[in-house]
Amino acid sequence: MSSPLKGGPEVVLRLAGISKRFGPLLANDDISLTLRAGEVLALLGENGAGKTTLMNILFGHYVADEGTIEAFGRPLPPGSPRAALEAGIGMVHQHFTLADNLSVLDNIAVGTESLWRWRSDRSAARRRLLDLSQRFGLEVRPDALVGDLSVGERQRAEILKALYRDARILILDEPTAVLTPQESAGLFETLRKLTADGLAVVFISHKMNEVFAASDTVAVLRAGKLVATHATASTDRAKLAELMVGRSVKPPAPTPLSPGEPVLELAGVTVASDHGRPLLDGVDLTVRRHQVVGIAGVSGNGQTALAELVSGLIRPDSGRLSLKGSVVEHGDPADMVRRGVARIPEDRHSAGLVGAMAVWENLIAERYHDHAFSRFGVLRRGAARSYARKVIEEFDVRCPGPDARTQLLSGGNMQKLILGRTLAHGPDLILASQPTRGLDIGAVSYVHSRLLDARSAGAGVLLISEDLDEILALADCVTVAYHGRLTPLLPHDRVSVSQLGLLMAGHWDILRDILPETQLEHGDAA
Amino acid sequence: MDFLSIILDILLSAAFWTAVLRIATPYVLGTLGELLCERAGVLNLGIEGIMTLGAMAGWMAVYQGADLWTGVLVAAACGALLGLLHAALTVPLGLSQHVTGIGVTLLGTSLSYFVYRLVLPQASTPPTIEPFQPLALPGALAQTPLTYLAFLLVAVVAYVLYRTPVGLAVRMVGENPAAAEAQGLNVTAIRVGAVMAGSALMALAGAFLTLSAFNAFFFNMVNGRGWICIALVVFASWRPGKAMLGALLFAVFDALQLRLQQASGGVLPYQLFLMMPYLLSILALVLVARRASYPRALMIPYRKGER
Ligand SMILES: Nc1ncnc2c1ncn2[C@@H]1O[C@H](COP(=O)(O)OP(=O)(O)O)[C@@H](O)[C@H]1O
Ligand SMILES: [Mg+2]
Repeated sequence: MSSPLKGGPEVVLRLAGISKRFGPLLANDDISLTLRAGEVLALLGENGAGKTTLMNILFGHYVADEGTIEAFGRPLPPGSPRAALEAGIGMVHQHFTLADNLSVLDNIAVGTESLWRWRSDRSAARRRLLDLSQRFGLEVRPDALVGDLSVGERQRAEILKALYRDARILILDEPTAVLTPQESAGLFETLRKLTADGLAVVFISHKMNEVFAASDTVAVLRAGKLVATHATASTDRAKLAELMVGRSVKPPAPTPLSPGEPVLELAGVTVASDHGRPLLDGVDLTVRRHQVVGIAGVSGNGQTALAELVSGLIRPDSGRLSLKGSVVEHGDPADMVRRGVARIPEDRHSAGLVGAMAVWENLIAERYHDHAFSRFGVLRRGAARSYARKVIEEFDVRCPGPDARTQLLSGGNMQKLILGRTLAHGPDLILASQPTRGLDIGAVSYVHSRLLDARSAGAGVLLISEDLDEILALADCVTVAYHGRLTPLLPHDRVSVSQLGLLMAGHWDILRDILPETQLEHGDAA
Repeated sequence: MDFLSIILDILLSAAFWTAVLRIATPYVLGTLGELLCERAGVLNLGIEGIMTLGAMAGWMAVYQGADLWTGVLVAAACGALLGLLHAALTVPLGLSQHVTGIGVTLLGTSLSYFVYRLVLPQASTPPTIEPFQPLALPGALAQTPLTYLAFLLVAVVAYVLYRTPVGLAVRMVGENPAAAEAQGLNVTAIRVGAVMAGSALMALAGAFLTLSAFNAFFFNMVNGRGWICIALVVFASWRPGKAMLGALLFAVFDALQLRLQQASGGVLPYQLFLMMPYLLSILALVLVARRASYPRALMIPYRKGER
């Protein structure tokens, strides 16, 4: 045991000089950290900064290329989760590691007894679990199947799993990403109880407000390097944000541009669902060059149908859709791409990229039939790869190279990949659905600036977002979707967040206060 | 006599049920073995070859002068060895479980024939041994010790899977190997161990054929029983008790068709009767298997440190 240092409580964990490479990618670069009993250390960093990798090394899932780990004064053998568990380290993974078909108790107790006993002592296990559950206010149902649990319950089961093993160091990898705000507050409450009990906690996050809500110390990771360690109380948001991204983050400032000719025109477009309910109900909308049009609204008010319509996945039941002045009769996705529509889909995993395929394959997925990439039905792999290398460089996609499997990329880098595919060809219309959902500050500001660049270059942008701040920061004009209908376009400097909120809730009578009478008449005529 | 009364007659005879239990034995053992492998997340299509090897090795040991129980042990050990091959290729190396399994079946089958021919180059009528005799018990209980062993093993496997730490570990690596590893378990060792144990049981199924049901080794004697076991595991939703019921059900159909064949006196082509158990199994599978909840990590190789 190391004796407690002067002034502070005992050091329970010491990482020294940890480095880890994945191929050419340096995921962790000479990282050293210490953790003391009763401390909550926030590990802050953008997606892909190497936070999960560092903790996976600590827990023995990965083996570091260099560096040593010391827990409670003793060196920790690398590459063995079992050794980490025995040293008192518990980890709640970013993606839960629970077996759905087994009960909570089974999931927690498995591996805690010697394998070759003739009987599992279930009742002792249950007693211990319920006791812990009570002590830390972590409510669970021991006999429920994990598959039937809510996300919050699963996380409690994961934490109990660590406590059941007498963890003295608890690692939580982005624990709040899947929680509601209320559940997050409950989690922070639990963390306070745990540290009062002398546990040390490493809390991984890329959300600033959580760092201030929960941590004593904050360590900032950027591109694999530890850039700073501060007492949380002695720092502030702006400073942390700057450390995280490596430069000061300014809100996007669109330069005023006068809108050009229309690229997208919808006139009286109606789309009915399979059950006959209107998804879009007589929608009029014009998006011009050099213009960002923001669609605000609670999700489920027609945004998805609008996006599918513009990407050619569905067709209007009545009304007209025109692109660059010519009416689209039978649009399909490939046709829309040819006509200059580029899309950033709402769900990058299911509709944006094929995870099991290489980066270069995803990059040419919308235009593999182009002459540049295929001849006589045969792919020109060399051309596609060098194109991919160019996009990777230009859009700063952090990945080992064009042949990397796409699912290995972090969320922010996947989104950059989609941006690269979308923007590299100078599209006329960009359909951006929730383009920054789930991204960290750095990636968000990157996406924003790229969209604004495209606007300057002459594209029209249709921005669908639930984030009102994003819409007001980027859009020249805003419209609100409600029950499949759109308000007339409102200039962004004439509406406030609270007015948008009222419109989103269906109080369209306030339009009179926002728009001049004449324009309103025109808009209402639809 | 009408059809129903024929069936009733058959069902009421003790000889019928004696036959059912005998026919069911290799299916019970084979299904238990496959179930154990699959519960750990490894599909073992080597079953047909492992059964053949077990049949040959057990018989050969006894033919060379070993006693019957030693023959049984030899068979189990050979099965475990072939299982080790399957596991070595599919678990640490992560090769395709389908392809490897079919390879193991081809290897096990041809190796058995090869060794048999090597030892007995010119036997035209297969030489025989003195097999296990039925116990002196009344009616359908007059079974050989291996049948009793098979049904005992159902209880043992069920107990191990659901009541012991190692059984829980096996189920865990079949459901979510990453979670098992995060709990400090050695996924590779547990999977390899389960496949070896399961393969030993499959080999016992084969040994039953040459040491109990018959007294000689024939080519083609396993005759697709392994494939039926694969289907029975699905039918049983990966549960030992249901596996036993499935094996019994199949045996009932099989014994029934034999007797109906005789009773029909050649009016219907016998192939129709031969088809019956298989048709009925397919039907049962269609009805049951749609609801089956399979081990989530079945057929998915686990590689540490990958995502
Ligand atoms: N198993 C792996 N194989 C290859 N690359 C990986 C692997 N795990 C992580 N990476 C890469 O390492 C970098 C850091 O990832 P990660 O530690 O998950 O970041 P964070 O948790 O901070 O978002 C990313 O660029 C990611 O693509
Ligand atoms: Mg992470």
